[in-house]
Order: sequence, then structure tokens, then C-alpha cells
Amino acid sequence: MATKDEVLSGLAEIVNEIAGIPAEDVELDKSFTDDLDVDSLSMVEVVVAAEERFGVKIPDDEVKNLKTVGDAVDFILANS
Amino acid sequence: MTNDSRTVVVTGIGAFTPLGGDAASTWEGLVNGRSGVRLLVEDWAADIPVRIAARTAVEPGDVIPKHQTRRLDRSAQFALIAAREAWADAGFETAATAPGSTVDPDRLGAVVASGIGGVTTLLDQYDVLKEKGVRSVSPHTVPMLMPNSPAANVGLEIGARAGVHTPVSACASGAEAIGYAIEMIRTGRADVVVAGGTEAAIHPLPIVAFSNMMAMSKNNEDPQAASRPYDKARDGFVLGEGAGVIVLESAAHAAARGARVYCEAVGQGLSSDAHHIAQPEPTGAGIARALAHLFESTDLDKAEVAHLNAHATSTPQGDVAEIKALRKELGDHVDHIAISATKSMTGHLLGGAGGIETVATVLALHHRQAPPTLNVDDLDPEVDADIVTGEARKLPTGPIAALNNSFGFGGHNVVLAFRTAD
Repeated sequence: MATKDEVLSGLAEIVNEIAGIPAEDVELDKSFTDDLDVDSLSMVEVVVAAEERFGVKIPDDEVKNLKTVGDAVDFILANS
Repeated sequence: MTNDSRTVVVTGIGAFTPLGGDAASTWEGLVNGRSGVRLLVEDWAADIPVRIAARTAVEPGDVIPKHQTRRLDRSAQFALIAAREAWADAGFETAATAPGSTVDPDRLGAVVASGIGGVTTLLDQYDVLKEKGVRSVSPHTVPMLMPNSPAANVGLEIGARAGVHTPVSACASGAEAIGYAIEMIRTGRADVVVAGGTEAAIHPLPIVAFSNMMAMSKNNEDPQAASRPYDKARDGFVLGEGAGVIVLESAAHAAARGARVYCEAVGQGLSSDAHHIAQPEPTGAGIARALAHLFESTDLDKAEVAHLNAHATSTPQGDVAEIKALRKELGDHVDHIAISATKSMTGHLLGGAGGIETVATVLALHHRQAPPTLNVDDLDPEVDADIVTGEARKLPTGPIAALNNSFGFGGHNVVLAFRTAD
């Protein structure tokens, strides 16, 4: 079971790969769309990469609720 | 040339080709007769009949960051790099939509074409679907593979709001895009249009498919001798990849901002063969009609034409049909036209050909120099014209014009004309 810090740093690596944002800028209170240049298409990539990395299933209708990095970290911790 | 809003000039150029990562290095390769054709070393090439191609000299991933390349088909990557170069070369420092821009975004267009669009994206993502499953198919697949993707991405980059277009006519696509752009300015829809062609189709499926049409050279033993337009031993084209993009501008707009002008874009001649889906019309009648249309629809004089960047793909039929058409329409004027077949160096970029060959034509006028044609060891006696071979040749001083021919499967014929502005 991953810790909160491990999930955050894993997500930061994913966002860096997909959106080119420096990993250290990927913080819990950052909005994917407004702060991290992750549009709706790239968000699908983030979700698929996170599912593979953390062994979790993120249903399509859940994605709209993941507005910030913190939302995603909490969902992954609660469901993995 | 008058500086009115109906006269169109070229104010910027950009190229990303088998000879170089920009227009200057491409031109340097062209005038020095360098071939960009290489043996393909990829594993997939080992078992197919054609194992040669002209890859870009620079990998686009070395220029564009990875998070952008993952959402751009290779053809759009080429177009974006060439368009950025052309845009900066024209003296524009920001997108038209940015503060301080010297172009009205509502008067700015982008017309960029390819012959096949995002074919490698389509094929690669189908492989992903079969091998890794539904979830792994990239959500960027559709915006990457659509043929208008290079035009749309260039339009987004520069902030073009007058219109973004993608004419598709196989190997005439890039030239048709530039012709369309000239008309956008001439008819008053735009002041500035970024236009060109791009192609990225070096993948086993397109290569095998073209090869099965008997359209490609199979000279795997001597790759740099494979593309040999007008030579008796020519046996088909060599596939190339890359992009060429220019900035077209009304002469009035260019003069008002003090822009450097490479040359005038005089206009285009268009026709279609109504003959065969893939074979050239052997007498050159369709091409001659495109030439006739050019001279009817512009003030260009046949005596002004000093240079032609020929379509000349190195196929047995096509090269001769083009020369016959020149004779038919231009008569004795053909004798004072220095003809270059630059595909002997770059390979055939399909929809990108009209783009990079327009860049070559513009630079030929600018430097008054016609690039050589490689590998004409034994000139086909049916080629009754002045082919520049060996070394680059000086073009005459004074006002001169140059043509760029592009023809495509489907029987599309496009002739573009440019003229010195000084």
C-alpha cells in the first residue's frame, strides 16, 4: 500500500511526462486544468497511466470529480 | 511589381527536410548536390522489397518537447517546426493573438496540407489497440490522425482566425495549399497566410503499398543513386519525409511593416487529367492545361520563366509526360528554362513535396541559382529540355520567374509561379 507522498510523487511524474510540467510544481492543491495544462484529452492519459501505476480502477464518471491533484491522490489511496 | 493588396509576396520560409533541419541547411544541401536517401535500418525494413527512404536530417523530438510530440503526429511536428521558422523569418515575434502583434489575427490564415495525413498514428494506435487493449489507445488519436491536423496546429500556434484549410490532392497537396493561400490574399480574405506541405509516411504499410503499385525504386544496393529523374535507368520514386512552409503576404501589408520580400508569388495554374486514378496522362495534356491556366490567369510572360523545379519523381512515365507538357505549352521557351529535379536529393515527400520544393524555388530566385539534379548519368532521349546536372547553375540577372510543378494520384496538376521582386 502506497503512502500519500508516494502517490503524489508518482502522479507528479505522470503529469510531467504528459503535460511537461516540472514534477515539483505538481502539488496537492493544484487544479489539473487551470494550473497544470492538463486538458480533457490529456486527463484521460493521466487517468490511464495512474491506473497502471497504482493498480486502481478510475471509472469514467469519477474523472470529472478529480479536479485537483489532491482529489486524485485521495481517490487512489481510498481505492487501491 | 506594385505594392497593392492584390499582389502577393513571400516574406518568410521554413523547412525541415532530409537535407537539414531548417531552410538554410536544406538549401546548402540542394546547391551542393547532397542526397538525403539512406538505407532503412529499422527491423521492419528487413523483410520488405524497398529498404530505402529519405528520413529528416534532424529528429523532430530533438526540437519539440516530448509532452508536445506525444499529441502531434510526426507530419504535424514537421509542419510546426517549419512554420515556426517561416513565421520568425518573416519578422513576426509573437502569435497574432498575443499583445503587441503586428498582424490582425482576423486577417491571418493557415493552409497546410499533406497527402496521407496521420497515417503512422493510425497504424501505430491500431497496433496499441490489438496489443494493449482499449484503455491504452491515446485520446489524442483523432486530432493527431486527421489530415487537417498540421494546418490546425500551425493555425493555433500563430493565432490564425481568417481560416485554416487543408486541400488534399495526393502529391500535389502541398502546392495546392500554397495556391489556395495565394488566392486567400488575392481575393481579400487575408493579409498574411502561412502555407505549405508536410508528410510523414515512412512506415512499412505505405512503403509496401506504393511498392506493390510498381511506383518505387528498389535500388536498395545504392540508395543515393536510387532517385534518378530523367535518367534512362530510373525505376520509381524514393519516399522522403519532412515539411516546407512559407509566409505569403499582400505586398501592401509587407510594405507597410517594412518586411523583407523574397519574391512575388504570381499565382497558380490548375487542371485535372480525367485519365486514370494513378497513371500520369502520357502525352502531358493535363499538365499543359495547368500551364495554360497559369499564363491565362496571371500577367506572367512565358519569356520570363528562367527556372523550373520539376515534379520529376523518377518514374519512367511521369518524368517524360511533364517534359512533353512543357514543350506543348511553352514551345521554344523551354530552351531558356533551367530545370532542377530536387527529388533526386530529397526523395519524394508526397504532400510535402510542394512545400519543400516551393521553398527551393523561392531560394533559387533569391540566390539566382538552380540546384543540380543528381544521378543523370544517361539522359533519357525523350527528355528534350535543359536539365541542370553536375553543379548548381547561375540564373540570369534582371527580372526572372520560376515555376514549381506538382502532380498527384487522381490526376491533379498544380503549377505555382514566383517572380523576382527587385
